[in-house]
Order: sequence, then C-alpha cells, then structure tokens
Amino acid sequence: MQQGLTSEAGSVAGLNNFEATIGENLIDDAKISVRHADVFYGEKQAIFDTSLDIGRNQVIALIGPSGCGKSTFLRTLNRMNDTIADCRVSGSLTLDGEDIYDKKMDPVLLRARVGMVFQKPNPFPKSIYDNVAYGPRIHGLARSNAELDEIVITSLEKAGLFEEVKDRLTAPGTSLSGGQQQRLCIARTIAVSPEVILMDEPASALDPIATAIIEELIDELRENFTIAIVTHSMQQAARVSQRTAYFHLGHLVEVGETSRIFTNPRHQMTENYITGKFG
Amino acid sequence: MSVSSLFLIVLGLGFIAFVVGQQRAAGYEGDTRLKSLPHHYGFLTAIWSSIPALILLLAWLSFEPVYLQKQIEQSLPVEALNQSEEVLELYMNNIHLAIQNNQAGDDEVVNNAVLHYQRSELHSRSLITALVFVLGLSGIIAGLSRLLFRLHARVSIEKVIKAFLMLCSGVAIVTTVGIVFSVLFEAIRFFEAVSVFDFIFGSSWSPQTSIRVDQVGSSGSFGAVPLFLGTMLISAIALIIAVPVGLMTAIYLSEYASARFRASAKPALEILAGIPTVVYGFFAALTVAPFIREVGESVGLSVASESALAAGIVMGVMIIPFVSSLSDDVISAVPQAMRDGSLGLGATRSETIKQVVIPAALPGIVGGVLLAASRAIGETMIVVMAAGLAANLTVNPLEAVTTVTVQIVTLLTGDQEFDSPKTLAAFALGLMLFISTLVLNVIALHIVRKYREHYE
Repeated sequence: MQQGLTSEAGSVAGLNNFEATIGENLIDDAKISVRHADVFYGEKQAIFDTSLDIGRNQVIALIGPSGCGKSTFLRTLNRMNDTIADCRVSGSLTLDGEDIYDKKMDPVLLRARVGMVFQKPNPFPKSIYDNVAYGPRIHGLARSNAELDEIVITSLEKAGLFEEVKDRLTAPGTSLSGGQQQRLCIARTIAVSPEVILMDEPASALDPIATAIIEELIDELRENFTIAIVTHSMQQAARVSQRTAYFHLGHLVEVGETSRIFTNPRHQMTENYITGKFG
Repeated sequence: MSVSSLFLIVLGLGFIAFVVGQQRAAGYEGDTRLKSLPHHYGFLTAIWSSIPALILLLAWLSFEPVYLQKQIEQSLPVEALNQSEEVLELYMNNIHLAIQNNQAGDDEVVNNAVLHYQRSELHSRSLITALVFVLGLSGIIAGLSRLLFRLHARVSIEKVIKAFLMLCSGVAIVTTVGIVFSVLFEAIRFFEAVSVFDFIFGSSWSPQTSIRVDQVGSSGSFGAVPLFLGTMLISAIALIIAVPVGLMTAIYLSEYASARFRASAKPALEILAGIPTVVYGFFAALTVAPFIREVGESVGLSVASESALAAGIVMGVMIIPFVSSLSDDVISAVPQAMRDGSLGLGATRSETIKQVVIPAALPGIVGGVLLAASRAIGETMIVVMAAGLAANLTVNPLEAVTTVTVQIVTLLTGDQEFDSPKTLAAFALGLMLFISTLVLNVIALHIVRKYREHYE
C-alpha cells in the first residue's frame, strides 16, 4: 500500500522529495521541541527524521492523509506509545528542555503534564462528576472535598459544559450526547491542569454543531494551554490553529503559519492535499 | 411396518419432494420473476410433504399404546374385568407377556386377548402406513400444483423455522417447569409428614426412621439448618480462595501477561475445570485433609480427619478457572479507549485497572463469581470424600460437616421406599436448595444492574 501511494504521488513532479521539511518547523521559545525523531513499529518505520517545534500557548494542527503518521507523532509526545509493545522512538524530544524519553522521566507524571483527548469520546463508566474528579483524585490535587468540587466545576466551565450538566453531575458520563461526552473528556483533561493538550481528531465523531462548539473551545483553551491537534478537516485546521504541519507517509513535509500554508503552500504535495487532489 | 421404517419413508418422501420442488422452480418460465430461489421452493415442498406426516406419526406413536390397551380390555369377558384391581393388573401382565413372547398359553381368555391385540396392531399399523403415504404424496402433489408459485417460499420457510426454534426453546422451559413441579409435589408430600417449620429451623439432622412400627429406632429428625450451614461454610471457604486468586489471575493474564504467555496459560488453567470432581475428591481426602490435620496438630489444634476446610480449599481450587477465565474475557473486552483515557490523564497502570477497567468489567466478573458459587453449592463429590457425612451444627472449618447435596445423595442411594419421610426429605432439600440459589441469583442480578457502569 505504501508503494502504491508513493507511485501515485510520484506521478506529480517533485513529490518524492522527502529530503527536508519546508517552512518554519523550528521556532523560538518552543514548549515542545522534537529533533530528528524516528518512530518504528517493529520493523516498520512510521515517522522519518522529523523535527518540529510546538509553540507555547499556540494551537498547532497536524494534517495529512490517513496513515501518514500524524497520530503516531502525537502519541510519541506524551509516550502513549509505551503501551504498544514493539514501538521504538529515537531522536530528541523535549518538553521545556526536559528529555521526554529520558530514563528519569516518569511517563505517568509526563502524561499529567501532557494530557490527551481522543478521537472517540471515551468517558469512564462513572458519573459526570467522577469523570472529571478522576485525574485530580489520583494526583492528589485537592486537599478537601470543597476543593475537589471547585476543580470539577471550573474544569466543566472551561470546557463549556457546566451549564448543561450542573443539575445532573451524578448522572453517568455515558448518558451525555457525543459532543457533550467529548467536552466532558476535555474537562477531564483540563482538571489535572496539564501544560499541553494533545487532541487526536477530537471532533471527527461529532456533528457540525458539536464540532463548532469544540472548535470555539479549543480557541479559548489556547490562553492557558499549548495544544496540538490532529485533524482531517482542512477547515478545522484553518479555523483553530496558528500553525499547521503537513505529514505525508511518515515525513513532515511542510510547516508554517496556518494562514500561509492554506493560501500559499510551498510544497507541491501540501498544495495537492489542501486543494483535495489526493489524500 | 415398523416405526423406524415409517420415519425413513417420511424422510424419503421429503427428499423426493425437495427435488421435485427445486426442479420445478428451476425450470420455471413465467411472466414474472419468482420471488424466491429454487432451493427455497424445494424446501417448501419438502416441508409440505414431511411435516404433516411427521406430526401424524408422533401423535400416533403416543396414542397407539392407549388404543391397544383399550382393545385388550374390550376383548376380555365381563367376569375378568370385574376382578379386583390387583388381580386384573396381574392378568394384564400375563397378557402382555404372552404378546411379547408370542406364545399361546393354556388360558383361553389370554389367547383370545393376544389374538385380538395382534389384529388391532396390524390394523393400526396398516392405517398409519397408508396415511403417511397419503400425506407425504399429497405434499409432493401440492408442490407440483400451481399453488407452489403463488407463495413466497422463503417467507414461508422462515415462518416454519421460526416455529421450530420456538419449539426448541420451549423444550428447555417446559423441562425446567416439569422438574420444579415434580420436586414441589414430592416436597409437599414430605411436609405432610414433617412440619415446614421443623424442617427449615430445626437444628438437628438425623433422617433415620424406623421401617416397621414395632422397630426400635430413632424417630428421625429433619432439621435442615446444619446442612445449609455446612453448604454455606464450604462454599464460603471455596469462594474466599477462588475469587481473589481467580481475579488476580485474570488481571495478570489480561493486563500484564504477554500474548504468548496468555495463549498457553489460559488453556492450562481451563484444564483445571476439566478434572473430574472425583479426582479432586480423593486429592482432598488423601492429601489436603491429612496435611491440614498435621499442621493443625503441630500448633495444638484438634482437627477432624475430614474437615470443611479441606473440602473448601480443594473446591476453591476447582472453581478458580470459572472466575479467572470469565473475568479475563470481560476484562479483555473493556475497550482500549478506556485504558488510553485513563493513562492519558497520568494514571498509572494499576490505578487504571482498579478504577476504570475493573468497574467497567464488574457485571461480567460478578457473573463469573456467581457461576463459581453455584458450582460450589452444587458440588457433591469433594464434600462426600473430604468433609464427611456428619451433620454437625458448626461454623468451625476444622470440623466435619455435610452439605445439602451430599445428604440428597445419601438419602436416595441404595434400596429406598418412596413413601417414607426419609426419601421424600431429599425432594424437600432439593426444593430449598433450588429456592435459595434462585434468591441468590436474583439478588446478584439486582446488584449488578444497580451498580453496572456502562461504557461506550
């Protein structure tokens, strides 16, 4: 399949040029810095020599066709790939200068700092309250019940869900609609006060109205968090992000200001993708 | 013709009907397309041919003996019928014996009856053979008629199949109801002799009753409390062993073990469930019980050579696979998204398992534990061999106890009369066991429904 894609892409001039990333992949004062990262699943390489900076209090959108490695890249940032037995990561990945893959780095603490929201809403089989209180409880963030209440309410407010659920905090999280469930998952992530939130196609399972609410929310969250979002929707990337990175077959092809990428892509493949010629 | 050849005829006619129907449908040339495929029409014709014939055959099978008995009675002279019931029964036995052996006796009346019987049987057999042929062939003829293509064959077949499936599920329900009622009626007979109150709350169990009035013997006391206490004691010991071990095993297998280890360890564990309980029984009696006694004695405890503890421990080992295998299945079925969600929040693996995976899998785990508990309550062999037969009223696991099922076995084995309270007590015990496990199941189901945490 990989070959098929390559040859198809090869029919357009200059498409096989995976040599170097085009655009501004490195920036000053980055929250997360990735240098020359390779990711393997067993023998198969999923990410090739990728260098990318993720800016503080910015939203970066990772776009590209299915199987291009953008979700893999996202999951290497908080070591969620540790749960996959034969996954290997090499290169340098740092969070505020600390090596993410250092032996001294505890993946559990890392994930408290780099939270994650998944493609399909996955509330725990618990009440709405307990879903949000889950993280603060395991990290001992609240010293009293009143404090925990406050964390839960603030998080729900920040996720724009509080008004809708304030009368039924004890109802099961799964009783909410899909869009509400996803906002609950975001509230759950916010509740542990992470520094970075990774979102893996957070709106792909939602209807347009719920999607619009989530997008608005992402824009608001930027004030307090650094956000990296994987999305298949070009419009969504254009609406919510400041920077956009285009992945193709495990290579980071082009990075730049979102407005620039969507109006003036420099790489032929980026242009083909955003104009819908393939992908 | 014999019954088996009649069945073969029905099947043969059905097969012919299938071929006829299918061939006709395959060769169909009409204005409109057929609604179903050719083999549907084949099956429909086969159903027309065989189902009515089969129903008739089954009805005949159940009514023929009654009819023949009537014929014998009619052949007998009035004097013979006017005899007392027991004599008449003996007489009938003679007749049936003569029929079976096909021998003429010296009794004119019996010979006459035998002749009459044989004639009636011949008539009845000829009639049913003819009817089976008529019904089977008329099904085929119907398949050859225009009627066949007026029907939507697939829909008709599905209706027949649905009815058949309903019949099958009905069999299980009817059997269960039948068992419950037969146990219930016998138990009611028992409660005519022994009061319900004494049975349920009596604390002494000694079912030996005197057979003859003049015999000196115990009058029998039927207090079921020691038995139920013994059952609960042994089951509790078994569950205390099996639930933690089984659950931990399941957690290790589903969350930590490598796929290769799991693939070999799980079947190995399930072998435990396949060992006959008799084998567990002598393991308990010959190895575990003496070991417990020695250990007990070395610390100054007096331990009976047959103890509830020995039986309970071995039973616990026996039911580990029920807990572990079922729990492993439900834990593995918890979506990976749940674990990812928890890990993504910075929860450790153990926090994830304790707070997300196990709650999500709880209904299934409870189901596994219930199954294990019902196995423990119903287990007989291990208890007979390792815990003894003495109905002691005790909760001390080091003493010999007995259980409800063991007592049912001892009450009903050997030469027994079926009208003495001693044997009828078995049915009363069975009924109480049935009711208590039912109540247990209902409570557990209720708990599961109340605390179930839905995912997805």
